[in-house]
Amino acid sequence: RAVESQGEGQCAPVESLWRRYSEFELLRNYLSVTYPHIVVPPLPEKRADFVWHKLSADNMDPDFVERRRIGLENFLLRVASHPVLCQDKIFYSFLTQEGGWKEMVNETGFQLKADSRLKALNATFRVKNPDKRFTELKHYSDELQSVISHLLRVRARVADRLYGVYKVHGNYGRVFSEWSAIEKEMGDGLQSAGHHMDVYAASIDDILEEEEHYADQLKEYLFYAEALRAVCRKHELMQYDLEMAAQDLTSKKQQCEELATGTVRTFSLKGMTSKLFGQETPEQREAKIKVLEEQIQEGEEQLKSKNLEGRDFVKSAWADIERFKEQKNHDLKEALISYAVMQISMCKKGIQVWTNAKECFSKM
Amino acid sequence: MQAEGRAPGLPLLAGGEGPGADSRPAAGAPGTARGPLIAAAAAEVLPLDDEEDDLEVFSKDTSLAEVNSFSPSVPISPSSMINQYKFEDEPELRDLFITVDDPESHITAIETFITYRVVTKTSRGEFDSSEYEVRRRYQDFLWLKSKLEEAHPTLIIPPLPEKFIMKGMVERFSDEFIETRRKALHKFLNRIADHPTLTFNEDFKIFLTAQAWELSSHKKQGPGLLSRMGQTVRAVASSVRGAVKNRPGMFTEINDYMETFSQKINLLDKIAHRIYKEERDYFNEMKEYGPIHTLWSASEEDIADSLKGIASCIDRCCKATEKRMAGLSENLLPILHEYVLYSEILMGVLKRRDQIQGELDSKVDALANRKTEKDLFSEEIGKLEDKVERANNALKADWDRWKQNMQCDMRSTFTNVAENNLRFYEECLATWESFLASQTVDLHVEEDSEDRP
Repeated sequence: RAVESQGEGQCAPVESLWRRYSEFELLRNYLSVTYPHIVVPPLPEKRADFVWHKLSADNMDPDFVERRRIGLENFLLRVASHPVLCQDKIFYSFLTQEGGWKEMVNETGFQLKADSRLKALNATFRVKNPDKRFTELKHYSDELQSVISHLLRVRARVADRLYGVYKVHGNYGRVFSEWSAIEKEMGDGLQSAGHHMDVYAASIDDILEEEEHYADQLKEYLFYAEALRAVCRKHELMQYDLEMAAQDLTSKKQQCEELATGTVRTFSLKGMTSKLFGQETPEQREAKIKVLEEQIQEGEEQLKSKNLEGRDFVKSAWADIERFKEQKNHDLKEALISYAVMQISMCKKGIQVWTNAKECFSKM
Repeated sequence: MQAEGRAPGLPLLAGGEGPGADSRPAAGAPGTARGPLIAAAAAEVLPLDDEEDDLEVFSKDTSLAEVNSFSPSVPISPSSMINQYKFEDEPELRDLFITVDDPESHITAIETFITYRVVTKTSRGEFDSSEYEVRRRYQDFLWLKSKLEEAHPTLIIPPLPEKFIMKGMVERFSDEFIETRRKALHKFLNRIADHPTLTFNEDFKIFLTAQAWELSSHKKQGPGLLSRMGQTVRAVASSVRGAVKNRPGMFTEINDYMETFSQKINLLDKIAHRIYKEERDYFNEMKEYGPIHTLWSASEEDIADSLKGIASCIDRCCKATEKRMAGLSENLLPILHEYVLYSEILMGVLKRRDQIQGELDSKVDALANRKTEKDLFSEEIGKLEDKVERANNALKADWDRWKQNMQCDMRSTFTNVAENNLRFYEECLATWESFLASQTVDLHVEEDSEDRP
C-alpha cells in the first residue's frame, strides 16, 4: 500500500489533511491497545529534550516544529510499512478521512480494553513464571533506554562545546581585519586569513544541524525501548492473569472436594464458622457443590482459552520482536555509519579552511 | 645602528631572531632592511659552510623546542619552522648559544625561591672560556633587564615574564608556572644574544659568566637605588614638558602604529586563551562520549562491533584534540603574550626617546631666554643634540629590526597554528575513514551472504 506522507502538526501547512499532535497520540494509543503483541512505533517527542544552548527549548521554535513534523511523518511510514498495522482500518481512516475520525476511534471502545497501569505494575511484581525471553527483553529495553539517553545528553554537551570552539575563531576574522589596516606587508595575508576564519566559524551551524538528525534517529530507538517494555508488560499481565486463574481454579476444586468429603484440609474461616455455628444442612451443601462444580467447569474452559491466548500472544509477539530486532540493527548501523560520514565531511571542511588559512599566513 | 666595542670581522647576526635565534630571511636580499654597517659586515660573512656545530649539546633537554635543531624529528616550534624555511644560501652564524633549564627550589630561613641553570657556549674571543654554567634567579634577570634599559634607553629590550600571573589559578610555584617562566626566560636571553648591540653588553656577559658571589658584588657597584629614583623623577618631569610638538613625524607614526598594534595584540591574546579554554572543555566532554558507546555495545550483538568502532574513533579524536591544545599552549600563547609585553616595552621606549628630546628642547628654550652664557649653553646643547640624534638613530634601526622580527614571528606562529589544525583534522579524517571502510566491508559481506540460498 502506497502511503503518502501527510503534513500535520499544529500550525504547519499540510498536504491533504490536518492532524494535530494529539490525534497522533490517540492513534498510537489505539494501536497499542488493539495490538498489544506488536512493538508499536513511537511518536517523536512532544517537548524538546536534550537541547544544547543554541538549540531552542521552545516548542514553537520553527526548527523544532520541523523536526517534529519529520518525526511524525516517520511514524506514519513505520506504521504503513508494518505487515500487521498497515491493514488497520482506523489507521487507514486517519490518513484518508477528514472529519469524524476521532469519534470513529472512540466508538471502537478501545479504551475499555486498555490495561490499567496499576494492574500492570502489580502483575510485574507478582508474576511467578514469566517467559524467560521476555524477562531478558525487559532488561535489554531498560539498558537501551538508559544508554541512549546518556549518550544523547553527552552528545548535546559535546555539540555545545564544539560550537564554542568554532565560533570563537570568528573573532580572529574581525581582529585580523582591523590589524591589517596598519600593516603594509602583512596586511593582505592577515585580511584573507581573517576571511577564512570567518568561514570556519560559520561552518559549524550546518554541521550541527545535520547532527541533530542523527540525534533524532537515536531518539526514535530511545522511545522504541518503551514500546518494547509495553509488550513485555502485556505478557506479564497475561501470565499473571493465567496464574491467578489457575490458582483460583485449584482452590475451588479443593473447596469442592472438602465439601464433598466433609474433610477440612485447609484452615478456612468457613470451616471454623461452621464448626462454631453448626454444620450446614446436606441440601445447602449439595447446592454449594453444584455451584462450585459449575464454576470449576467454567474455570477450566477459561484456563484453557487463557493458556491458548497466552501461547498465541507469546508466539506472535516474539515474531514481531524478531522483526523489530532486525529493523533496529539495520537502522542503528545505518545511523552510526551516517555519523561517521558526517564526521568525515566535517574533517574535510576543516582541512580545506585551514589549508587556505595556512597559505594566507605563510604569505604574511 | 651603533655597535659599541665590537671587534671588526666578527660575524654579525643577521638581525633575525626568535626563540632559537635563527637568522631570518629578510623580506628582500640580506642587508636591505638594515643599517649600512650591518650590510658591510654581512658581505664578509656570506660565503660560508653550513655550520651545525653544538647542536647535539641540547639533546639532553628535549623540552626546549626553541633550540637550534636540524634533526628530522624536530618538535614543532616557531624556530624550527624557520629552520625548515631557511634559505640555504644564508647560513646561520651564531657564536653564542644559551639555554635556560633545570629549575630548582631553594629554601632559606627568609624565603623560598627558584633558580634556573643558565648554560652558555661561545666561541667569542672576549669570553675567557667557551662554556659556562651558572644558576640565576628571577631577581637576577630583573637586574639584567634594568641594566640594559639604563645603558640603552632607546633600544627595544626584550620582555621578561611577569612576576606574578594575575589571572587563572596558577600558583606561584606550580610546575606549569615554572615551566612557562623558564621558557620565557630562555627566550629573553636568546633575544638579547641575537640583538646586534645588546649581545655585546658587559652586564650581559657578566650575567652569563659570573659565579653567584661575583654577580652579587658586581650588582652592588651600580648606581644606588636613590640615584636611580632621582633619574626617574627627573625623567617624568621632563616628559611632562613634552617633546611631542618637536617629535619627528616618524616617531609619531610609530607611536600611532603601536597604539593600534597594542590593542590588537591584546585582543588576539584574549581570543587565543579563549580558544584554548573552549578546546579544553570540548576535550573533557569528549572523554566521556566515547566510553558510552562501548558500554552500549555490551548490550548488543549485531551492532556491537560498529559501536566499539565508533568508541575507538571518538577516543582517537580525543587524543588528537589534546595534541592540538598542546600546540596552542606551546607556541601561539607564549608568542602572543610576549608581544603583548613587547607593546608595553615599545611605548616605554618611545617615551624615553621623547624624554631625551625633552631635555634638549627645554635647554633650547632656556637659551632663548638668556642672552648671556651663550657659549656655555651651546656646548651643552651640542651634546644634547648629539644625544638626541644617537637615540633617534638607535631607536629607528631597532624599530625596523623589531618590525621585521615581529612579522616573521607572526607569520611562523600562525602558520604553525594552521598546521596544527590541519594535522588534527587529517588525523580525525583518517580515523573515521578507516572506520567507514570497515563498516562497508561488513555490509558487502552481509549482502553476499544474503544472496546465497
